[in-house]
Amino acid sequence: MLGTIWFILWGVLWAVYFMLDGYDLGLGALMPFLAKNDTERRLIYRTMGPHWDGNEVWLITAGGVTFAAFPTAYAVMFSGLYSALMLILFALILRGISFAFRDAVDHPRWKSIWDWCLILGSFLPALLFGVAFANLFQGIPIGAGGIFQGGLLTLINPYGLAGGLLFLLLFTVHGSLWLAVKTEGDLQQRGAAMARRLWPWLLIMAVLFLLSTQRLTFLYDNYLAQPVLFLIPAVAVAALIMIRVFLGKAQWWKAWFASAATIVATTLFGVVGLYPDLLKSSLDPAYSLNIYNASSSPLTLKIMLVVALTFVPLVIAYQVWVHWLFKDKVREQDLGHEEAY
Amino acid sequence: MDALMLSRLQFAVATFFHFIFVPLTLGLSILIAIMETVYVRTGDEDYRRMARFWGRLFIINFAIGVLTGITLEFQFGTNWSRYSRYVGDIFGSLLAIEATLAFFLESTFLAVWIFGWNRLSPRLHNLSIWLVALASNLSALWILIANSWMQHPVGYTIRGGRAELSDFLAIVTQPFAIQQFFHTVSGAYILAGFFVMGISAYHLLRRQHIAFFTKSFRMALIFALIFSLAEIVQGHIHGGEVAKIQPTKLAAMESHWESQTGAPMWLFLIPDEKNERNLVEWGRIPGALSMLAYHSSQALVKGLKDFPKDERPPVTLTFVAFRTMVGLGFLFALLTVVGWFKRNKLLESPGFLKVMLYAIPLPYIALQAGWIVTEVGRQPWIVYGLMKTTDAVSPIAASQVGVSLGAFILVYSLLGAAAFYLMIRYARLGPQPLPAAAGEEV
Repeated sequence: MLGTIWFILWGVLWAVYFMLDGYDLGLGALMPFLAKNDTERRLIYRTMGPHWDGNEVWLITAGGVTFAAFPTAYAVMFSGLYSALMLILFALILRGISFAFRDAVDHPRWKSIWDWCLILGSFLPALLFGVAFANLFQGIPIGAGGIFQGGLLTLINPYGLAGGLLFLLLFTVHGSLWLAVKTEGDLQQRGAAMARRLWPWLLIMAVLFLLSTQRLTFLYDNYLAQPVLFLIPAVAVAALIMIRVFLGKAQWWKAWFASAATIVATTLFGVVGLYPDLLKSSLDPAYSLNIYNASSSPLTLKIMLVVALTFVPLVIAYQVWVHWLFKDKVREQDLGHEEAY
Repeated sequence: MDALMLSRLQFAVATFFHFIFVPLTLGLSILIAIMETVYVRTGDEDYRRMARFWGRLFIINFAIGVLTGITLEFQFGTNWSRYSRYVGDIFGSLLAIEATLAFFLESTFLAVWIFGWNRLSPRLHNLSIWLVALASNLSALWILIANSWMQHPVGYTIRGGRAELSDFLAIVTQPFAIQQFFHTVSGAYILAGFFVMGISAYHLLRRQHIAFFTKSFRMALIFALIFSLAEIVQGHIHGGEVAKIQPTKLAAMESHWESQTGAPMWLFLIPDEKNERNLVEWGRIPGALSMLAYHSSQALVKGLKDFPKDERPPVTLTFVAFRTMVGLGFLFALLTVVGWFKRNKLLESPGFLKVMLYAIPLPYIALQAGWIVTEVGRQPWIVYGLMKTTDAVSPIAASQVGVSLGAFILVYSLLGAAAFYLMIRYARLGPQPLPAAAGEEV
């Protein structure tokens, strides 16, 4: 029971992370296509400025909870996906620094270096998180004793790449909508146009992903056993369609929330399909790491549950407050302002 | 080199780099919070400008500290997976608690502080930096509880081939953790104090922004003075804990080879690890080691030779690091006491100001040396007495670690250079005139 609760919490934490950091990763990756001059680039940074760091803590927490609740899975997952994770790490470090450093020196070369750190540092994690999670859904070559048997290129397979593209599209649509929400005039129009242009590709990719999931993974087994669970992919698809509906009506906030719901439901779709496995072995199901053989002791899980149920709602409360505090659209006059990094 | 050696190097690089930036944020956040509080209470604009000026330097350090911190959390899984699997039940939960309690709070409210100058009442804005200061120090507390468990594992039972939690309170309240927390944050506060004093001295030597930097200097001086003096007393108590629970570390710190009662201390000493003796011993203080470690000049202090060779830490490195830390610690107390008597005539003391300017790197060296004592002195154990470092490494290819280590060195060098450049630039620039923004409360 405790194991199941923590499995759900684990999935929810990753889903919330993707929902939040998704918009700033997506927007960062799209910056060269959305901004035409330095002022517009600064506006784009400014829309993410107060939020990116708080968003990224969800990743640290999701990683920390994987460690705390399922240490064996954490150990195998992180050492098995070594190179992918290192790439994500370097990308996140460089993009994070660019927020603090970019406007510190008023020189085009300096700014352009950090801009590229932001762009590549956003693009890579968006893609790689998708590749990594698709591989988790599909199963990775874990041998006896939880030893990862794959090599550097194990993760590069059709389903993994499909997952990477799916995440990239989810995040870039999410980021374009964030720009539409947070700006006005040209930038807003460009954000909305970008979302409209990317949306059909997202739809195609989502359909392809759902179909190949049926062909290449065992995720649907849980759904066939408990048909009520089909609600989750149904929500994902419905939310995906609602993005387009709200986009058509120029209702940016609603479109953004629909996109947020799509990301959460997509992540949960995979996680629920995995249950009770955290790491499916593609070699032999007996080697899979699941909530029974990879979780922490009941005492640790209980203490962590008290901590999580006490503090996570508090975190959500003050992060919602911060989003409300900075709810205004970002305008050019905000840039000359003293409120900046 | 094998994956083990490369992973150790990588951990050292990642940790050292991380800890160049973090200590400043622990202390500077408090100083900035005090500055803004003075502004809110008295309306003295200087203090508001101080909060902003030191705030810029704080943000650079904070950003690098947070981002390089992610590496540390991930590395336990990527490079030390056997360790993570063996102790994750305990260690992992402490890290997760740190993230949930502290990281969210500091990251979220730092953004509120940076972007909220005109959106919040002065009091609420001031509260946000206090929350950042609280959260940063809270995060230090949890990570040091986790590290202390590696130094002195308590509250666990071995079950199913791993260490499982049996007594959570024992882990979070063990004296070693409390001592290590106070020792580390006091060091961080000294560092922040010297940082502020050093940069203030630079401007005072040039006779610019005199009121601004005199106020900054004095505030930092009091802060650093208190913690430099406290650190000496506290360090002594902390050393007593080490003597009690990590006898091999204590012996290495003093390069103490033969067990003896009434063990002396040597003012000057050169260890000769290969031949298990000291090459040079000079300036004998009879019974001093016994006295300092066990509060009795006749107490028995175990020597390194009484421990199997494969359970001894590297002696020379631990010894040199320990002496460096202690020597610098006394120097900080001396400098801040001298500063106390010069506090009202700073401008007439250019010699002292110059010393304080060049003293900026010293606390950095002292803090890194302290961590060498802590971590190298714990070897060959990753968890003292429970698991050896050689058994902790991930089953990964050395080539993978070699590539990532190279990338770490490259990326961190560039980042470090950029950060150093920016800090010097901001520090030299001095406080900027306040822009007259719309709706500004003055």
